[in-house]
Amino acid sequence: MIPELGHFALILALCLAVVQAIFPLIGSLNRTPSWTAMARPLAYGQFVFLAFAFAALVHAFLTDDFSVLYVAQNGNTEMPTIYKVSAVWGAHEGSLLLWAFILSIWMIAVAAFTRSLPDEMVARVLSVMGMISIGFLSFLLFTSNPFARIFPAPLQGAELNPLLQDFGLAIHPPMLYMGYVGMSVAFSFAIAALIGGKLDNAWARWSRPWTLVAWMFLGTGIVLGSWWAYNELGWGGWWFWDPVENASFMPWLAGTALVHSLAVTEKRGAFKRWTVLLALLAFSLSLMGTFLVRSGVLTSVHAFASDPARGMFILVFLMVVIGSSLLLYALRAPSISRGGGFDALSRETLLLGNNLILIVITALVLLGTLAPLIYDAFNWGKISVGFPWFSTMFITFTPLMILLMGAAPLTRWKHQDGGELLRQLRLALLLSVAAAIVVALPFAADNGAAGVAVGLSVWLLTTLLTSAWRRLRHHGGISALIADFSSRGGRSYYGMWIAHLGVAIFIIGVTFVTQFDIRKDVRMSPAQEIVVNGYRFRFDGVTPRQGPNYVAQRGTIHVSRNGHEVAVLHPEKRTYNMKSRPMTEAGIDVGLFRDIYVSLGEPLKGGDWALRLYYKPMVRWIWLGGLLTALGGLLSASDPRYRLRVLAKVTGRDVPSNTLAAGEQA
Amino acid sequence: MPAYARYLAPLLAFLALTALLYKGLSINPRTIPSPLIDKPAPAFRLPALKHPEQFISNADFQGKVTLLNVWATWCVACRQEHQNLVQLRKQGVRIYGLNYKDKRPAAEQWLQQFGNPYIANAFDADGRVGINWGVYGTPETFVIDKQGIIRHKYIGPITLNAIQNEILPLVKQLREAD
Amino acid sequence: MTPTRRKRLILIGLMVAGVAVAVGFALNAFNQNLMYFYAPSEVIAGEAPANHPFRLGGLVTKGSVHRLPNGLTTRFDVTDLTKTVSVQYTGILPDLFREGQGIVAHGKLNNDGVFIADEVLAKHDEKYMPPEVADALKKSKAAKPATGTAEVTP
Repeated sequence: MIPELGHFALILALCLAVVQAIFPLIGSLNRTPSWTAMARPLAYGQFVFLAFAFAALVHAFLTDDFSVLYVAQNGNTEMPTIYKVSAVWGAHEGSLLLWAFILSIWMIAVAAFTRSLPDEMVARVLSVMGMISIGFLSFLLFTSNPFARIFPAPLQGAELNPLLQDFGLAIHPPMLYMGYVGMSVAFSFAIAALIGGKLDNAWARWSRPWTLVAWMFLGTGIVLGSWWAYNELGWGGWWFWDPVENASFMPWLAGTALVHSLAVTEKRGAFKRWTVLLALLAFSLSLMGTFLVRSGVLTSVHAFASDPARGMFILVFLMVVIGSSLLLYALRAPSISRGGGFDALSRETLLLGNNLILIVITALVLLGTLAPLIYDAFNWGKISVGFPWFSTMFITFTPLMILLMGAAPLTRWKHQDGGELLRQLRLALLLSVAAAIVVALPFAADNGAAGVAVGLSVWLLTTLLTSAWRRLRHHGGISALIADFSSRGGRSYYGMWIAHLGVAIFIIGVTFVTQFDIRKDVRMSPAQEIVVNGYRFRFDGVTPRQGPNYVAQRGTIHVSRNGHEVAVLHPEKRTYNMKSRPMTEAGIDVGLFRDIYVSLGEPLKGGDWALRLYYKPMVRWIWLGGLLTALGGLLSASDPRYRLRVLAKVTGRDVPSNTLAAGEQA
Repeated sequence: MPAYARYLAPLLAFLALTALLYKGLSINPRTIPSPLIDKPAPAFRLPALKHPEQFISNADFQGKVTLLNVWATWCVACRQEHQNLVQLRKQGVRIYGLNYKDKRPAAEQWLQQFGNPYIANAFDADGRVGINWGVYGTPETFVIDKQGIIRHKYIGPITLNAIQNEILPLVKQLREAD
Repeated sequence: MTPTRRKRLILIGLMVAGVAVAVGFALNAFNQNLMYFYAPSEVIAGEAPANHPFRLGGLVTKGSVHRLPNGLTTRFDVTDLTKTVSVQYTGILPDLFREGQGIVAHGKLNNDGVFIADEVLAKHDEKYMPPEVADALKKSKAAKPATGTAEVTP
């Protein structure tokens, strides 16, 4: 009964979406206030129905209702409760429902938090989101119904893929989707502005916090995925340039360019065309990611079970959404006014360079991801693009971007005197080069990379400190830090600060673990010892163990250093009851500056086992850096300057005169 | 040239991309029809599921229009189509099963529990025969004519729709043929 | 043209040139890094490169897996049901690796015609095989004469 109600709720949501897509938009063009006013209630209504549908599916999993086909394919009575819930989004149909549900969450957020915006603008934004909702709901209802029944109902479900039975992977999709779907808000704002024909600083100021929050979620989702891969796949890798990973990375890169471009448009009115295009691009990449993952066009370890018929549906949807948005852009772009001019040396130029690099990296990742498809389509052979190419290419372009990142906060808008800039940067330059040499010299020429990475991170750190020092000096010194933090524009600045610091930490993590990690695949007998990088590993054999829904072979490895015990690790080889294939659980000793990582290979003759032993320096810095960057974005989004008008309306206080009223040019 | 012409570049680039993705969908191996169509069914000889001392082979297909359904107990989609297979059987269609990479007791219990639409089942424990038949996954169903030539391959669980519009008309056509 | 405008144009020109050079470099590196896929029949026919890494895919021949007594070296055969190539790999094999499974290996052919793998992948679950392998199997079957009575011996 409840699954049918859930199904019905989806149908109702679709009906609302259709109304939401049409009426408020036409109302905003014809200036019919009654139609424009429909937007918010419709959004709330969609949320209610989608929340119900989602709850219905969760309920089906929690009650082990195997008469629902999707539950039969992914559920199991013996799974821990948390995985019964995460199984809801563990496969295609359910994850689509999650997508649609999260879209409705963003819709009500837009409906609720835009009281200070003109109703016509909000109506258009919600209409565009309604159109996107139509696409996903149709996809669900016509090709991927999560509530389809199966008779006779099996007695036991096929279980969630054991690889996904991990906490990190349980929350990874919701985080990612909050990001993917959140990009639709910036997209909708851009479309709404294009339709209305008015692209101004105010539009950029409205869009920016939404974009930052979506970007933050996306970044967090990517970090979680990487962390999961490291923990769960058993081979110590944390990024594979796999098509599905790339599908999430590209919108993030575009999103990064977008938030920077929005800053310029907000403050100086420049880059309008670029900003709009980037807003369209970020969401388009999100949608394309959805296509790549579900259509079977690319081979990937992550891809959902592919279905070309579904792929066709998404492709048509892609064409309609992206094609029409780009057409609208082409038609409206000529009438977008030019913003403030700027000199050759100015913050605008540095940001332009930064965005250019980001876009080039995005394009190259796209090329590398699609290359196998291109070659196959033209019958040039079946290829795969190696990991080294992606890495080399990324490493080629990032240093220049880092240099710009360091210099930009110290560069004035519109015009910067070259000599003055150099004076500001002198200390940073000196320290970075020195640090680079210090790190590179003692080791072989091979470790030039580590030197460069350290140099770049020191560059970022010293320029950040220089910038902070300059700012605080003007704002009342260190004692004024707290006040400065809460001031208008304060959190944006410190958000940037923390985000850029995150990048510096990330670079150190990536470079050190890539250059200095040590891996040994060995064959060990019980009681045998092997030394890796000063750590002594003693293999104490393998014993069987029973888990809630699996049986495991549990290994014991004593790790010691200089005679002191460092850790006892328990890597496992698990066989889940429903699936006969084995799964590897690594044994990891976590440290801030290094991880010790052991995984079981296979049993060999004579009680021996194949083992993989890893020493991984600084690997945690990768995710710490990533999380800091995301946190910085969140902090920026919370800047009170984005909420002043609401405050003014609510309290009736005097609004400071340098606030930009909606629609005003800077 | 209208003012917007130079802003069409992103749109054009996107359309090129779409063309590529479309091509990508169509070259996906699962949408290409099986190369076994209109070729003689690959020869095999496997022990029967229920009576392992007996054997099932191509010879059993000769002379009558037959369906060969590839299935397994670990395949949830097979459960989906099972009742439809029972239906097909009731309508007089001859169905043999290829029990693919499965376990005997589980398979026998399944048939007992859910009904048995098969005249007999060949037990393909290691899946080698399935590979010869170009099986990519389960369930898959082959329609074989009186001369033992494969005329159609249906991928995925057989729906009632497929029975009405694909399978029954084809079986009828092949029966009437010489 | 005002000096500011000219400065800006030069700057943009420099940026674009810089990007073009870098992209050219990236594309060139791309070509070096491509790995083509070959089925065993193609390798036996001499179509695979002699001294460049490539991907080999097919099914692991039943009964061909031998683990050498010491260390972690394994030898096995890969077939597309028409021709077979011997593979040697030192390291831990993926969990899904087993006889009859479709796999893809990265590596190079040595002088004796043995494929020395530096990586072995068996990504998909039991029910499906990597599309390239499926494709290769199809091609090899299509190339065989369809006699209908020949027993297939892998």
